[in-house]
Amino acid sequence: MEPHPSAAREHAHPTPTLYLRVALVLFTLTALEVGGYEIARRPGAPLHEVVQQLIVPILLILSAAKFALVAMFYMHLKQDSRIYSGLFVFPLIIAGVLIAALIALFAYLRMVYG
Amino acid sequence: MAHDTAHAMPVETSTGLDTRKVAIWTFIGSECLFFATLISNYLVYKGKSLVGPLPHSESQCMLHGQMTTCEPIFEIPLVTFGTAVLLFSSFFVVMALNGAQRGNRKQLITWLTATVLGGMFFVGMQVYEFSHFYHKGLGFTTNLFGSTFYTLTGFHGTHVTVGVIWLATMLVLAIRGKVPPAKALNLELAALYWHFVDVVWIVIFPVVYLMR
Repeated sequence: MEPHPSAAREHAHPTPTLYLRVALVLFTLTALEVGGYEIARRPGAPLHEVVQQLIVPILLILSAAKFALVAMFYMHLKQDSRIYSGLFVFPLIIAGVLIAALIALFAYLRMVYG
Repeated sequence: MAHDTAHAMPVETSTGLDTRKVAIWTFIGSECLFFATLISNYLVYKGKSLVGPLPHSESQCMLHGQMTTCEPIFEIPLVTFGTAVLLFSSFFVVMALNGAQRGNRKQLITWLTATVLGGMFFVGMQVYEFSHFYHKGLGFTTNLFGSTFYTLTGFHGTHVTVGVIWLATMLVLAIRGKVPPAKALNLELAALYWHFVDVVWIVIFPVVYLMR
């Protein structure tokens, strides 16, 4: 009997070398996050003005990159069946919409009622 | 022994996927929504506390029955170190899984031990942080920051604790030689949960600690 196409995609997990590379990238991105935070909170630090203006998008982008690296390589979503990706990404999208909707709702209520 | 062999047998399913793995991914999906509500809760009340202590700035707060000036409460270097340990523990557990899948028992036990120790360090760091904050005057009902912060990070810490217990159980089984390559999926399920706990912290760390 032929293996199911979904099953055929399983168990082609990355090598230890790739795992180590991902760990080093994660560590570097975390160092960049904390570095950005320190520059943003210290007036007089190089690039303080720019980083202070952009710190929130910088942190969100770095965080999203770390999240994607762990999900793709450590949780094996890149190699495993797309059904698992669907089970994770669909609720993740709802979660993102939920956070955005609640922030917008509370901002609106604050604007209307003070 | 016959019982062990029966568990290792692949089961035919309509999707071709192991139902246990589908179940853990469904559970992780539901957990995304759980943490989304807690993160939303923290964000909508961010900066709305009427009294201190506050995370990033000096404030007036009640300490030992007297109003006094409180220092910013966060200790970023300690939490950064805890974050790095948690991130590396995700690397440790994939190395342990790699050992389990290849039948390398020494690799499995070594990396799984490192993962459990990393998880225990993170929980210890959080216990220290909570007790330190409490002694600086931040209780659960002190202000909106305290309530939302303890709820969010407390639930995450509980998840880490559950993960440590799960992985420690797998470690005991591995030491007893009960995690052969045919049963590596049992460790993979625990590892998926552990990675999820890690990705939740990847969101919490910048949102709570680094965004002023």
